[in-house]
Amino acid sequence: MRKYWWKIAAVVFIIYAIIGGFLMPAPDNLGIIQKSIRNLHFHVPMWFTMIIMLFTSYIYGIMFLSKSEMKYDSLASSFVKAGMLFGLMGLATGSFWARFTWGTWWVEDAKLNGAAIGIMIYMAYYILRNSIEDDVKRGKFTAVYNLFAFPIFIVLIIVYPRMAETSLHPASGDTVGFSDLDLDNNLRKVFYIATLGWILLGTWIATLKYRVTELTRKDEEI
Amino acid sequence: MLLSIAASAQTPMDDFFYSSGKIYVVIAVLVIIFLGLAFYLFRLDRKITKLEKKNEA
Repeated sequence: MRKYWWKIAAVVFIIYAIIGGFLMPAPDNLGIIQKSIRNLHFHVPMWFTMIIMLFTSYIYGIMFLSKSEMKYDSLASSFVKAGMLFGLMGLATGSFWARFTWGTWWVEDAKLNGAAIGIMIYMAYYILRNSIEDDVKRGKFTAVYNLFAFPIFIVLIIVYPRMAETSLHPASGDTVGFSDLDLDNNLRKVFYIATLGWILLGTWIATLKYRVTELTRKDEEI
Repeated sequence: MLLSIAASAQTPMDDFFYSSGKIYVVIAVLVIIFLGLAFYLFRLDRKITKLEKKNEA
């Protein structure tokens, strides 16, 4: 019997975040943001989940290189897929939020462009995967690609935006992060649980994808 | 007609969902959608588990 408790926890945490995101007190009068500050509980966990998914994939890539077991390759690719799902949702929600705070769907900003290029790096991961027929070769090539992709990705979405001179996006360039706005810690009460919930849900989706990949692979071997 | 239905709201649940500009209705809808998605994931999980068991046998 597989253990379901953490999957139930994922659902409970996210439901808490949906209810709390609307009803808990928040700094609702911040400049152009106003009540959309509550998007913090939904937009930001997408990115955190993506980073955790891609980091997990990075670790499984290294494990595949050292142990050469196909299951690690399946795990690595499944976690990238789940990561991309969350990354695209992060881009979509961010773009929509930008339209009604900054007035446009996209701005030439270190944080936004860095994230877009970062996503493209992992799109290329899939192009690479699909272009190699042999299982073992595909595993090794993509694991090595992953080895370089993840650090560059982190630089693009976190380090480079922070080093930028100016930015509109919070916590990059000359802007402050939400922790400086959350003076009475009301946002944290929802945000941390929301993030944990979405990371668990992402892991769940990734492991489902992994299990299907493994079943397909074993089916093809027979 | 709609007004008369609203006016006849009597149960505590009615009072709750009619309050605060009906924002609780929106929250309930989101919770229902998310529960539906979660239920679907659980079903999928069960089906994959069954396939795995069948594959091992």
